[in-house]
Amino acid sequence: MSSGPLNAVEIKAVTHRYGEVAALDDVTLDLPAGCMVGLIGPDGVGKSTLLALIAGVRKIQRGEVYALGGDMGRSEHRRRSVGRIAYMPQGLGKNLYQTLSVYENLNFFARLFNQKKSERVRRISRLLAATGLAPFGKRPAGKLSGGMKQKLGLCCALIHDPDLLILDEPTTGVDPLSRRQFWELIDQIRESRPEMSVIVATAYMEEAERFDFIAAMDDGKIIATGTPASIKSQTGGRTLEAAFIRLLPAEKQARHRKIEVPPRIEEDGTIAIEATGLTKRFGDFIAVDNVSFAIERGEIFGFLGSNGCGKTTTMKMLTGLIPASEGEAKLFGKALNAGDMQTRRRVGYMSQSFSLYGELTVFQNIELHAHLFHLPKDRIDTRIRELLDRFELGHVRDSKPDGLPLGVKQRLQLAVAVLHEPEMLILDEPTSGVDPIARDEFWQLLIELSRNDGVTIFISTHFMNEAERCDRISLMHAGKVLAVGAPEELIRSRNARTLDEAFISYLEEAIGPEEEAKAADVPLELEDMVLKNHHGIFSLRRMLAYARRETKELLRDPIRLAFVLLGPIILMITFGYGISFDVEDLSYATFDQDQSFESRQFLENFSGSRYFDEQKPITTAAETERRLRSGELKFVVEIPSGFGKDLKIGRRPEVGVWLDGAMPFRAETTRGYIQGVTQQYMQDMARQNDGTAARLSPVDIETRFLYNQAFKSTYAITPGIIMLLCVLIPAMMTAVGIVREKELGSIINFYATPVTRAEFLLGKQLPYIVVAYISFLTLSLVVIWVFGVPLKGSVLAIAAGALIYVVSTTGLGLLVSAFVKSQIAAIFAAAIVTMVLTMNFSGFLTPVSTLSGGAKFMGRFFPAPYFQQISVGSFTKSLGFADLWPNHLALIGFAVAFFAISAFLLRKQER
Amino acid sequence: MLARLGNIYRLGIKELRSLRSDPVMVFLLVWAFTFMVYQVAENAKMEVDNASIAILDEDHSELSRRISAAFLPPYFKPAVEISGEQIDRVLDTGEFIFVVDFPPKFEADILSGTLPEVQVNVDATAMAIAGNGATYIQSIMTQEVLKFLDERNATVTLPLDLVIRAKFNPNLNSTWFMAVMQIINNVTLLAMILTGAALIREREHGTIEHLLVTPVTSVEIMISKVWANGLIIVIAATISLFFVVQGMLQVPIMGSKTLFLAGAVVYLFSVTSFGILLATVAGSMPQFGLLVILTYIIMNLLSGGTTPLESMPEWLQFIMQVSPSTHYVGFSQSVLFRGAGLGIVWPQLLAMIAIGGAFFTVALWRFRKALAESGK
Repeated sequence: MSSGPLNAVEIKAVTHRYGEVAALDDVTLDLPAGCMVGLIGPDGVGKSTLLALIAGVRKIQRGEVYALGGDMGRSEHRRRSVGRIAYMPQGLGKNLYQTLSVYENLNFFARLFNQKKSERVRRISRLLAATGLAPFGKRPAGKLSGGMKQKLGLCCALIHDPDLLILDEPTTGVDPLSRRQFWELIDQIRESRPEMSVIVATAYMEEAERFDFIAAMDDGKIIATGTPASIKSQTGGRTLEAAFIRLLPAEKQARHRKIEVPPRIEEDGTIAIEATGLTKRFGDFIAVDNVSFAIERGEIFGFLGSNGCGKTTTMKMLTGLIPASEGEAKLFGKALNAGDMQTRRRVGYMSQSFSLYGELTVFQNIELHAHLFHLPKDRIDTRIRELLDRFELGHVRDSKPDGLPLGVKQRLQLAVAVLHEPEMLILDEPTSGVDPIARDEFWQLLIELSRNDGVTIFISTHFMNEAERCDRISLMHAGKVLAVGAPEELIRSRNARTLDEAFISYLEEAIGPEEEAKAADVPLELEDMVLKNHHGIFSLRRMLAYARRETKELLRDPIRLAFVLLGPIILMITFGYGISFDVEDLSYATFDQDQSFESRQFLENFSGSRYFDEQKPITTAAETERRLRSGELKFVVEIPSGFGKDLKIGRRPEVGVWLDGAMPFRAETTRGYIQGVTQQYMQDMARQNDGTAARLSPVDIETRFLYNQAFKSTYAITPGIIMLLCVLIPAMMTAVGIVREKELGSIINFYATPVTRAEFLLGKQLPYIVVAYISFLTLSLVVIWVFGVPLKGSVLAIAAGALIYVVSTTGLGLLVSAFVKSQIAAIFAAAIVTMVLTMNFSGFLTPVSTLSGGAKFMGRFFPAPYFQQISVGSFTKSLGFADLWPNHLALIGFAVAFFAISAFLLRKQER
Repeated sequence: MLARLGNIYRLGIKELRSLRSDPVMVFLLVWAFTFMVYQVAENAKMEVDNASIAILDEDHSELSRRISAAFLPPYFKPAVEISGEQIDRVLDTGEFIFVVDFPPKFEADILSGTLPEVQVNVDATAMAIAGNGATYIQSIMTQEVLKFLDERNATVTLPLDLVIRAKFNPNLNSTWFMAVMQIINNVTLLAMILTGAALIREREHGTIEHLLVTPVTSVEIMISKVWANGLIIVIAATISLFFVVQGMLQVPIMGSKTLFLAGAVVYLFSVTSFGILLATVAGSMPQFGLLVILTYIIMNLLSGGTTPLESMPEWLQFIMQVSPSTHYVGFSQSVLFRGAGLGIVWPQLLAMIAIGGAFFTVALWRFRKALAESGK
């Protein structure tokens, strides 16, 4: 703390609300520079919000935050200092790209800081060597272990030599060995860069012992600050956890009771669960590898291990949720059978995350399970009352679980798990993220269940102090059980002081040199860049970093890729055949009551037409009705008796036609055809009789169908389908591409790095422009080859038009993404907006010239009608640039406008 | 067995409660079956409506003016007179769909019986109205000319009278058709979204796993989703049919509504099963969304509800037999418009049951398989 400003961060009267809930409540805090500062407290007390405000990734609502000597509320200071701050958000690898390799991830971050290739290579190789990740450069981030993910996250954060390193719960869910390695790495970095300030949030109190300075938080407030030693001596707590509990407000402390685990009375020694050589494979991946153990009745058996080590999979196999690939599990001496309802009644299960219905109330949730377990009707009410009582849920009986604190939710889950009074409970990390008091309350319940009711409890956890309360524990890593025994036994056998150390010792033995390569002794001296060229309005490198990454991700996501490339072709075929105004092969029958030469001659006109398809003639009037009703016939021609005679003497016989009116458009068209055929007959007849047709029709109407002489739907519709698909799919996929980052959390990299809004949007848009253009080209080929529609006009006009069009339609996707939060909403919003506008107002089915009023107005502010002109113009109307250029101009306008509005609406900070 | 029915009943009730607390879905449901049905039926007309027509009048006679004035709303916009050199441009840019060209001495030729030739130029890229619009123009012109001659006692006699009458929908009012087809489209879309999304939501929230550690089987879970979501949609469709289609839109329904709704139940069995099948194929909600949009467009456009089935290539008609929507559209048209009874439509019902059964079986198989791999 000798050089530079005294405080790295100063926070003044900061309040932050999410709706009704205050995450931070009038917080004022100074954090010293040049040292390691820890924020401690359980989940949901406001640690993450505070860190995000300091990093500048979240917008300040009230109060002031100063970091690195400037006001983080001012965008100018944020822009200047973003290159000096590194922020690693909470969640294992949350800001990493799972399908990208370790190297690709690092490369992406380096590009965001505008580093040249030579510099990138040098830095990345040094970081990889120092963290021991070098051998895994090509492995996708998603396939790394939790510890390795966090190391990679750290490398990404360190790529630009930050002066302020902000780490949000970097070690949650990571095994103890990786955790220790992680902190060693941080120490190493701090040694080489002593001026760097580090701020860390953590829920592990033990970890906080190593920090220089601590701020303890509860309920959005700072409850204590100081060095670990001073905090402990202030409160008189032996450990930080004990100290923390004493710092809490009196009414919370009052609820706390010290956990005493009464010794287990050895029972008959019946085995409740027995696993022998249990193995589970998912493809090549072995999640659980030859696991064996036996748990006695009434025992509390703990399962200790990091995230992804196979705890959950093992538990699921024991509940019968998933079948084992190999090995056997026995419950109460009986081989476990997934379909066996009887074992389900003997087991209660609580999964890792809250898995009851958020939309049902506490009472309804319990009631549902009471019914599903078929509790006797008269028992249900009393049992529910008992549970509400015992688990202290009475006051939230009619609330929905979504709004309840995590501790209460977990009690509810436990209540449901024991509802049917099972002999055995399988609990998967039931206390993750729960505050220490609630955790102890929860344990109190477990101990009662075990000691008083004799329930066998199989629990997994990554908290060491919880593991110490178990009768026996099993240490697990990478799908294997490393050791089983009573906690004290395990500590003793390793000559360790704590369980943590014992676990680490087992881990070191198990991992050996091969898996996680030991960090090479490379000094992490990261030279200061002479020129920190992060700023600048637009950097091609940063933009291309996003474009490259998006392309790689898209290429590695089979469903999105298939949708983007095959979707348009499938839809083209569907629309091409599905939307047709051609009415052909109309089945009809005749009801000839005259059977004369004249009547047959008249009817010949119908059978000779290519539009009609004659069926068996009709003989009775009832048959007409029946056959029309069944849908077999589309129309019936009825000739009255005496037709021939009347015709000859000029008495104007009446020919009746019955149409099936069920489908009005078809009936309408059919009527036109029938009139045409009759007209033709009359003219032929007149010519035969006296050589003039004049008397039959006073005027000769010559109808010329322009552009599409054959009058085939295909020629008019398919160019329109290109218009439709080149807006529907690009808009949808671009919107999803952006919203995906919001939903998965990687958008944080946009907030926390010097990327500008234009670089981000353009980088995301570019790959979709390319893909959309490829699909335009394939669609055109389908139109030409499959549907046989020639391109009569200018190739250049449509090729250029399509390019501008897809720029504008992907721009529309950007715009849509500004208004939605989830991918599913993006998909439907983009689909509905584009479908409604193209189908109704773009001249696809209804010509634009027939629109009026509001509809006409709507169409003007959408790019599709302009491209419709270009597409139909080039394909069918033989037009060129000279006729179509105003449409091109309009499309350029849309492309620019959509992009500009999207950039304006995009926020560089989270709200 | 009784216990199983109890489970199915309970889980279905849970499904209904979940739906009730999802405002977006409820809104979608209400909006689709009321406003959207009304809107589409009223506006999306497939008939000649408001067509733009231009006149090149080289005759400037009373008759040519009378004919020009006879193109009336709602079929036509008021005719606009243009000059000869404009013809190509207005058709190229799509400003007008029809251009009628009266030659010089048109009226005089009519009166002298020399049969003048009137040219009607049609922009045949405006398929929706080009064909029928041209037919209208012909008959309007013929009528006007006949009336004109009649006033001057120069009658024309035709050798026979052609009387065309439409059964089931005498005025060929497309509102009737569109309203019912829109209900069917909504049934298809919402049945798929509701059931599929319900399953994916349970999977993403982990609640499905929780159910499976209770004495409940996967078949029971599936059946409960099918009946509960199916029920909601049948009710919505019934209300829409009675109040929106019959009430507000004044569409007379001649067939048996009971039979139509019974068919809807059978149809829903097949589409809800299909929704579950899609949900088991999709890995996540966004993927499900993409799949639903793709399949819905296919099932909707190629079912015969938009374009008559017989206008499609035979291979495509054959493929579309796999889709339950094809059978349901045929069934509904027969029952509601033509008043067909069970004796006529039983093959379609049978087809829907068979397809639904197949979907259900495959969905169940995939569902079980997906659950077995859920620990990944």
